[in-house]
Amino acid sequence: MNKVVANADEAIKGIESGMTLMLGGFGLCGIPENCIAALVRKGVNNLTCISNNAGVDDFGIGLMLQQKQVKKMISSYVGENAEFERQLLSGELEVELIPQGTLATRCMASGYGMPAVYLLAGVGTEVAIGKEVRNFNGKDYLLEYAFDSDFAIVKAWKGDAQGNLVFKDTARNFNPMMAMAGKITIAEVEELVPVGELHPNEIHTPGIYVHRIFQGTDYEKRIEQRTTRKKN
Amino acid sequence: MALNKEQIAQRIAKELQDGFYVNLGIGIPTLVANYIPEGVNVVLQSENGLLGMGPFPFEGDEDADLINAGKQTITTLPGSAFFDSAMSFGMIRAGKVDLTVLGAMEVADNGDIANWKIPGKMVKGMGGAMDLVAAAKNIIVAMQHTNPKGESKLLPKCSLPLTGVKCVKKVVTDLGVFDITEEGFRCLEHAPGVTIDEIKAKTAGRLVIADDVKEMTF
Repeated sequence: MNKVVANADEAIKGIESGMTLMLGGFGLCGIPENCIAALVRKGVNNLTCISNNAGVDDFGIGLMLQQKQVKKMISSYVGENAEFERQLLSGELEVELIPQGTLATRCMASGYGMPAVYLLAGVGTEVAIGKEVRNFNGKDYLLEYAFDSDFAIVKAWKGDAQGNLVFKDTARNFNPMMAMAGKITIAEVEELVPVGELHPNEIHTPGIYVHRIFQGTDYEKRIEQRTTRKKN
Repeated sequence: MALNKEQIAQRIAKELQDGFYVNLGIGIPTLVANYIPEGVNVVLQSENGLLGMGPFPFEGDEDADLINAGKQTITTLPGSAFFDSAMSFGMIRAGKVDLTVLGAMEVADNGDIANWKIPGKMVKGMGGAMDLVAAAKNIIVAMQHTNPKGESKLLPKCSLPLTGVKCVKKVVTDLGVFDITEEGFRCLEHAPGVTIDEIKAKTAGRLVIADDVKEMTF
């Protein structure tokens, strides 16, 4: 079994225009920078992207928006991106906004083999329009379907040739559940370590969910809101 | 004098109880963390995957991998825990978070809240707000009493698309503290120097003044 590929360009082989992709990350934290750059180089378009956010104007998924590669975004929050807003208001881009927990859980459901789940978020709001409502113990819930994606692209801190992944701090966010939800899952890692170096106790995503893995390079890890305090 | 944002946060901090798990939204709610009363230990939950959120890092110690839900750089504390987004909203949905504090554009006198969308103008998205308001046991809204045009944000019915239905328990504004009750907004406290008449004039929703209404203290 060899899941290791040389680089991002090789990792995204098979991604074609019109496909549905999941991209991990929260804001610019824990995003697959190398694969996004490779998708921009490849120039595939008409993509449906499932990702919590849409990056900023000149980084993250924003780079793909600049090249008009995205047909539809499925996200929970898309502020901080003027180009996104422009494309949306001009009708060039479709967007489906869904509650953040619903987004995470629809990915999770896919990785757990569950076709749908009943969730609370959005009951009585426009998010509920057209959805089946069912009452459990006196409370209404919405039927929400598991997400399918052709490729899931995630970013981890460490990984090995088996595809086992460990995430760092809050860069974990959506990455583990998106890793579970791809028909093909690509993981880019900051450090590809020899098999056996990661202790079985510490693995967040078992390798069974990961099909391709490579060590990324030149991580920029941009900070959106640099907030600090002064020493005394 | 109407309260400033820091004072609204300071007043909300008095609602915190020892042992609470608390989720603070973006804006005024974030400031609540600066006023946690002495002797009260709370654990702050950040829905991007952290329990035990610490203060902002010292200059030079920022880590791009460690942010809060507002994408600000933060730190951990002894006892902190990281987890993924599904578990984060799992604990919210399961009612493990004791208190949620968030901002709003409008609150109705039945507890409805609108804070995610202005049709045709603002399309940023709801983030985690819909999940939080649908599930949290106790929701306090922190906001200005009126919008920049001077119109009441405490309404008989929200005019903007809803974030959640009948979920808000308490509203703290620059003018006072209000419980949501069967009778509508129940004014418990007024800001120092703010008259009941001013509150009545600036509240469009149903309003009752508590018999024992008092001036806010900090």
